[in-house]
Amino acid sequence: MVDKFIEDQTNKVPIDTNIEGKTGEIDFNTLKSGGLIKQRQKDMFTVRLRCPGGRVPLSKLEKIVQVAKKYAGDYVHLSFRQSIELPYVDYRNFKSVYEELADSDQKIASCGPRVRVPTACSGCEYNPNGLMDTQKMAKLMDEKFFGYELPHKFKISFSGCPMDCARTSEMDLGFQGAVKPQWDELTCIGCRICSKACMEGAIESDPETGKPKYFPEKCLYCGDCIRACPTNSWQERTKGWIVRVGGRHGRHPIVGHKIAEFIADEDVPRFINTIINWYKINGKDYGRTRIGVILQIPKRWNIFVETLRNELGDKIIDNPKPPAKNEIHFDTRGLIDEHR
Amino acid sequence: MEVKVDSSLNLKNVGCPLNFVKAKLKLEQLQDGQILEVIIDDGEPIRNVPRAIKEEGHKIVSVDERPDGTFRLLIRKAGGRSNG
Repeated sequence: MVDKFIEDQTNKVPIDTNIEGKTGEIDFNTLKSGGLIKQRQKDMFTVRLRCPGGRVPLSKLEKIVQVAKKYAGDYVHLSFRQSIELPYVDYRNFKSVYEELADSDQKIASCGPRVRVPTACSGCEYNPNGLMDTQKMAKLMDEKFFGYELPHKFKISFSGCPMDCARTSEMDLGFQGAVKPQWDELTCIGCRICSKACMEGAIESDPETGKPKYFPEKCLYCGDCIRACPTNSWQERTKGWIVRVGGRHGRHPIVGHKIAEFIADEDVPRFINTIINWYKINGKDYGRTRIGVILQIPKRWNIFVETLRNELGDKIIDNPKPPAKNEIHFDTRGLIDEHR
Repeated sequence: MEVKVDSSLNLKNVGCPLNFVKAKLKLEQLQDGQILEVIIDDGEPIRNVPRAIKEEGHKIVSVDERPDGTFRLLIRKAGGRSNG
């Protein structure tokens, strides 16, 4: 298929900057690994910047504006995964763009089959709902795992609370902050605020005493009860990350399910490491296939869970559920009957 | 034990976040340790206002549901908390 809008059909371009250890003649397609995306216009590329967690210090932002004014179009694009993209960069200027951005330590992102820049919500330092430090983790994990080569793209995100703004169930690997509450009867004044604060029906107040009854099976671990309680009778019992694996969006969305809960910051690198290494080895036979597709094959799922248990022990929950397809065509007869 | 009320605010039918803002402004006029009585609605107000007051550092002394379904909060003002 030839895209009539692509004026330039040459496959090789001479470049004088180092991209993935290569200089000289480079294939347009390999440029994607360096965060350079071919545009429809001749010689023009979009340069994708590396902005873990979507946080861009002003010093970098100023430099980005300077560079964009010099070498790119008259706007920047904010990508869906929190990156700043500079469109209309002529490939002859790659070297200057790289070098000038490097002055403020601004790096270029990547595309293609590898670990991408992690995304994250604004973070617990100032968001009142935030339970875990997503910005810290996005930055650390970007430093540690960015660019690691895999059979297909691999997206990681961090959400600070169960509102899950970073959509952890749609990521290849997602981490969502959660807190398990515990209640102290002695200090409780039976004010009923906790049962009002809980939006999940996980706390009911006794009609006589006002004291709460907790239904853990309904709890989302958001911590609203803890924040609302006037006497601090609801407190933190365990806090950590809920881990979801195998999700994706796109043409064939998949919902990733929980495999572990209340994981400490220190264990996050071990989870990422174990899962990407499993994927690297077990994904080989499937070509360019996302981990969530492979994990839907029962035999592979079983091996995956076994590997997780070997590496991460009892941090893995009992009977985790494999990722599930979000179908477009499905049998609606039952639904229609119900609404008749 | 009946607590002496220093000031009162009826925030019935005042929605979020205006109810909290009014309570906050009233608290700013009080001395540390004084008690503000506020009446707030069920639903969002009872879910949000006590939490926000607690986050400002004040102490909720009591909460009572009233026959009309509104809530009466007694708040003890705490001072010396810097902004942010």
